[in-house]
Amino acid sequence: MSALLQYLVSGIAVGCGFALLASGLVTIHRVTRVVNFAQGMFAVVGGMTAGSLLSAGLPPGAAEAAAVAVAGGAGLAVGVVATGRRGTSPQSALIVTLGLGFLAYAAEIMIWGDNPRSYPGLGGAVTVFGAHVQKQSFLVIGVTAVVFALLAVFFGRSYAGKALSACASNPYAARTMGIDPLRMGLVAFALGGALGGLAGVLLTPLQPISYNSDVLLITNGFAAAVLGGLNRPAVALAGALTLGVAESLVAGYGEASYQTVVALALMLAIMMVRASRRTALQEEAAR
Amino acid sequence: MSEANRGAREAVIEVDGLVVRYGTATALDRVGLTVGAGELVALIGPNGAGKTSLVNAIAGVLRPAAGRVDLHGRVALVPEGRQMFDDLTVEDNLALGAWRRRRAKGARDTGRVYEVLPQLAGLRRRRAGSLSGGEQQMVAFGRALMAEPDAIVVDELSLGLAPLVTAGLAGHLRALNAERGLAVLLIEQNARLALDLCGRGYVLEAGRIRAEGGAAELAAGPDVADAYLGGRGGAGTEAAT
Repeated sequence: MSALLQYLVSGIAVGCGFALLASGLVTIHRVTRVVNFAQGMFAVVGGMTAGSLLSAGLPPGAAEAAAVAVAGGAGLAVGVVATGRRGTSPQSALIVTLGLGFLAYAAEIMIWGDNPRSYPGLGGAVTVFGAHVQKQSFLVIGVTAVVFALLAVFFGRSYAGKALSACASNPYAARTMGIDPLRMGLVAFALGGALGGLAGVLLTPLQPISYNSDVLLITNGFAAAVLGGLNRPAVALAGALTLGVAESLVAGYGEASYQTVVALALMLAIMMVRASRRTALQEEAAR
Repeated sequence: MSEANRGAREAVIEVDGLVVRYGTATALDRVGLTVGAGELVALIGPNGAGKTSLVNAIAGVLRPAAGRVDLHGRVALVPEGRQMFDDLTVEDNLALGAWRRRRAKGARDTGRVYEVLPQLAGLRRRRAGSLSGGEQQMVAFGRALMAEPDAIVVDELSLGLAPLVTAGLAGHLRALNAERGLAVLLIEQNARLALDLCGRGYVLEAGRIRAEGGAAELAAGPDVADAYLGGRGGAGTEAAT
């Protein structure tokens, strides 16, 4: 029983990390229609930068905040390269983000080497109903809850958030009113970068991170985001938590190397269901 | 309106020698027009004449290959097909109309739109995508008014709307012009509606201005009467100034 609880809490924590990554993907896709395959890279940059800054003597908190800002900057840079030229199609931008993700490998190996890195984070564990749970897990869950609440307020209540939603809904109308979808897209990329960076900063103490950890992260983040059609952060959160818990249970009771298979199988199943549903709708519309 | 009156009015929209190209195709060829302060001006023409290209050039969405668009004051657009932000509420749609003036005090206060278009007040919390065509057109009007414009460009007021709804919206335009001095450039396929409502007009065909003048004069002319008003018998149009 205590082992199950332990797996559940750590699964929820890891799922929260996936959810932050997925929310970045959703934010970027909602505004720009671009599926950003460099999203996992932001988490790697965030985690690695936080580790370096902590090693350099920056106090905890400041180092993580700076790392999130660096990841936001990386997001902005990816946005400029992928969508900065007016008229770039989302499909072309997708390929550019994929290329930038691979290019980032070289930069990451040059800066941080190819060994996995980690840092203590919120050290120690607490015992809950006999289960030893790392304090960092609770930190990840708490921060994710706050971030999702802030995102809901930002997109649902703030003027800038509504302008971002407007660009996603009707870029032409937005332009006629002076809202620049290109600039808003860059804001979305920066926000997506920061969210990805936050995921990396929070997950690195739980799972050591290396230059190619982005594959695992983007696979899970994408699977979660696809569940909500890449447009609904709340559904992506639910998907990410499901994935995190499922993978934790697979690793705990089975074989850790099957974790990614769970994510891939789920993503495949969702895509097949969505595709069949869309085909049925198209057939219905054609009648 | 007479030519003398037109000259006396300060121009809000001035388009001169405008050329718009899509690749090798020329959509607008040396187009020129003016809209004076407080003036109602019609631009009529068939499908594919270049009307929406002209609208987009005025709105700054399209970069012309040559010529110039000078706006002396704030100009807002009521775009073709309403162009709602479907997932946002009516209130949010209206508030975003003030984006260019967002830092001005009270710029996002939608109350002034509900005063002019009271029908919208009851719809404020509805999703714009769930409204009827007429209601959406009214939201598009309100959104343009949120910019506190000196002129509005209305692209296809009547498109897809029932005649009664169109007549109601035309009444709103007339009232806004009369009571607030709002200049209007009405771009329409429905020549009768446009020439009834406006004092002056232009005819755009195949990317060129083919005719211009007072609405009554245009409506009486054989080209416009035959092509747009169903022959001379249908040209019983009066200027609405």
